[in-house]
Amino acid sequence: MADLIQALIGILAVGGAVFCLIAAIGVVRLPDALTRMHASSKAGTLGCGLILLSVALFFPGIDVVARAAAAILFLLLTTPVSAHMIGRAIYATGAPLWKGTGVDELKGTQDDPARRLGQ
Amino acid sequence: MTVFLETCLAVSVGLVAIALVLTAIRVLRGPTEGDRIVAIDLFGVLAVAMIAIFAIWLGEQVFLDAAIALALVAFFGTIAYARFVEHKAALKAKEPSDG
Repeated sequence: MADLIQALIGILAVGGAVFCLIAAIGVVRLPDALTRMHASSKAGTLGCGLILLSVALFFPGIDVVARAAAAILFLLLTTPVSAHMIGRAIYATGAPLWKGTGVDELKGTQDDPARRLGQ
Repeated sequence: MTVFLETCLAVSVGLVAIALVLTAIRVLRGPTEGDRIVAIDLFGVLAVAMIAIFAIWLGEQVFLDAAIALALVAFFGTIAYARFVEHKAALKAKEPSDG
């Protein structure tokens, strides 16, 4: 049983590391800043969460489990907030969008940063 | 600790190290400021993951506290950098109407 749990911890750690690597590859390879933000926020959170889950399984005792759960919860709460802030900053700086972008629904509306910031 | 777990942890450290190098490349290359914010944010998350792996490998529970503290600092750093960039864009957008 202990061996089985250790095997599960190892698989979770490798899976988390693979997702971290996918996030990094996405940040390097994707065409524009907004798509890069998408890769880093989703895959990075999942990878880090899986690794923290393996930490919670590895140590005996409720205190480590509670701390690891708090860390995962904190990560899940803060990543959307920071991704939203980063997205706003990227759009406000007027960074060029990928040429395959179909529609820019924000452009020219009330909430367009270019209009809002100019006032 | 079984041999399988030890191997898995070594592989994980290697994969996360490669990810850190790739992210550092994006921080250095840019090209826009938004790319740098994204990469620095991911760098913080990857550092938390690295510390968590080392907590298992070395059997140190204390490393988990360091990981939580680093996650907190990385979050505030990202927010501050993003706000700074947005504020700078606002000042730049206001300039033509003033002059």
